[in-house]
Amino acid sequence: MPSDSLVVAKGLTKRFGDFVAVDNIDFEVRSGEAFGFLGPNGAGKSSTMRIIGATSPASDGFIEVLGLDPEFHGSEIRQRLGVVPQEDNLDPELPVDANLIIYGRYFGLSRSLIKERIEELLAFAQLSDRAKDKVDSLSGGMKRRLTIARSLINQPDLLLLDEPTTGLDPQARHLLWDRLYRLKQDGVTLIITTHYMDEAEQLCDRLVVMDGGKIVAEGSPAALIQKHSPREVVEVRFPVGVQEGVVNRLEDLGSRIEALPDRVLLYTDDGDRAAEEIHKRGLFPETILTRRSTLEDVFLKLTGRTLVD
Amino acid sequence: MTTLPLRVVPRRFNFGRSGRIVERNLLVYRHLWGVLISGFFEPVFYLFSITVGFGALVGDITMPNGQVVSYAAFAAPALLAASAMNGPVFESFGIFFKLKYMRTYEGILATPLTPRDIAIGEITWSQMRGALYATAFVVVMWAMGLILSPWGLLAIPAAMLTGFAFGAVGMAATTYMRSWQDFDLIFVVTLPMFLFSATFYPLEIYPDWLQIVARFSPLYQSVDLLRGLVLGVIDWSMLGHIAFLVAMLISGLIMAGRRVEKLLVT
Ligand SMILES: Nc1ncnc2c1ncn2[C@@H]1O[C@H](COP(=O)(O)OP(=O)(O)O)[C@@H](O)[C@H]1O
Ligand SMILES: [Mg+2]
Repeated sequence: MPSDSLVVAKGLTKRFGDFVAVDNIDFEVRSGEAFGFLGPNGAGKSSTMRIIGATSPASDGFIEVLGLDPEFHGSEIRQRLGVVPQEDNLDPELPVDANLIIYGRYFGLSRSLIKERIEELLAFAQLSDRAKDKVDSLSGGMKRRLTIARSLINQPDLLLLDEPTTGLDPQARHLLWDRLYRLKQDGVTLIITTHYMDEAEQLCDRLVVMDGGKIVAEGSPAALIQKHSPREVVEVRFPVGVQEGVVNRLEDLGSRIEALPDRVLLYTDDGDRAAEEIHKRGLFPETILTRRSTLEDVFLKLTGRTLVD
Repeated sequence: MTTLPLRVVPRRFNFGRSGRIVERNLLVYRHLWGVLISGFFEPVFYLFSITVGFGALVGDITMPNGQVVSYAAFAAPALLAASAMNGPVFESFGIFFKLKYMRTYEGILATPLTPRDIAIGEITWSQMRGALYATAFVVVMWAMGLILSPWGLLAIPAAMLTGFAFGAVGMAATTYMRSWQDFDLIFVVTLPMFLFSATFYPLEIYPDWLQIVARFSPLYQSVDLLRGLVLGVIDWSMLGHIAFLVAMLISGLIMAGRRVEKLLVT
């Protein structure tokens, strides 16, 4: 095992009864990187995260976190982790600051040390003026930021973020991304799950694409796109009922074509030329848009499905 | 990596960690003085009712050893035992709520704490309140002249043991509850136990078969133990009662830890 790997998984499998949620996956997370699990709902991302977080036993396979086996060293592993679960589980019976205090105590930190850290964490979460408020009075974005602040109370070596920005408005998302960049710069290793391809592209140095419990691709976002998709995509929308009749007349315009229920995607290295050609053929789409290929396109190619439905 | 020392540290019971659950509950209850005040008035009301009410009607009781005591002195230790049993029963509602409707425990389990730490911590917390209640109860009994022997002081730890035993078994039972309705089952068990554990009259008054059943009632162990201590009738059977309660405590704790793990670690 290379000594700079914080997580190593081989043949990792998680079953719930007969159902296989995580199906024989291999991955490795290196120190200092931001590692992503990209996949749609039900792909098995959270199940994998909970195994890494030493709160859910693997059914099969090998897993080592911080050089330790979660089955036998759960407490020691969790001592050095920060965890942001998919659904916030703040303590509703305690106000904002006490949520941080008691969490620090769960990690065995002294009260004076916690006191030192809290002010900074509240500022980080932009909640300094809400310190005494009930958790239930916070907005979704505030709760999310508090959960992230809480996960940092023990200054973790490894931070697990399960869909950190799902359900947030764009402004709150960008604010969170900014916070996560800063953490990365401070040397914290991040593991992030998401079903947003822009989030994966923005935050992750390296990622695996998951679907149906399996890993279908891995690499850096740029490398994945380059490998699996031409540079550009032309998105063509036709008036209702027209698409079926004309799809076959677009097929030769790109190296690949995807007919989605509401639009046609044409993959090509020269989008503008393809768009021009569509007009020349007198097909009159409602809208036509040329853009760069994204991880969404990679996912579509690998699985035949979209990430967010 | 510096992981080798961690590998050789054995997994062991760590009381400090479950103490943090107690700390959490202290933070939550910081302002709930009502709990403490009710803890004081509950015994006052109970004892007052048996002294002026039943006591006046029933008169004195002759114990198997010939000792004659007032009805209040006879019933007071049994009420202390029953109160030590009922405390955890009410506590279990809160634990059920946390297990079922709040994700608090889930958040706690992402830290070094384990399901067993949570189980032990919750039971300990409930028994810290139990100890306060028991102390208040014994002080009020003493003030009313119902403690007839210096052994009576040991009624406080004995009541605490009772609370721990019922708390541990109660927590284990709570993990099997599916809905609030299931809690009726708890009362189906505790109410007859309350009525037929030599609580209000000596065991010798019951028909033979009920005497035999009552002797195996967990509450009877505590009633007989506390009554012996308060009235100063000390004998070897008390060790049997203590062993019974300790066995309840240990098996309850093991069961509760396992069940919480089963529910929360999937
Ligand atoms: N505790 C559980 N019991 C049974 N099935 C579960 C449990 N947790 C997750 N699953 C199932 O496993 C699959 C993967 O879930 P999850 O890991 O949450 O996926 P993701 O986080 O990628 O959406 C889903 O089909 C889900 O229904
Ligand atoms: Mg998930």
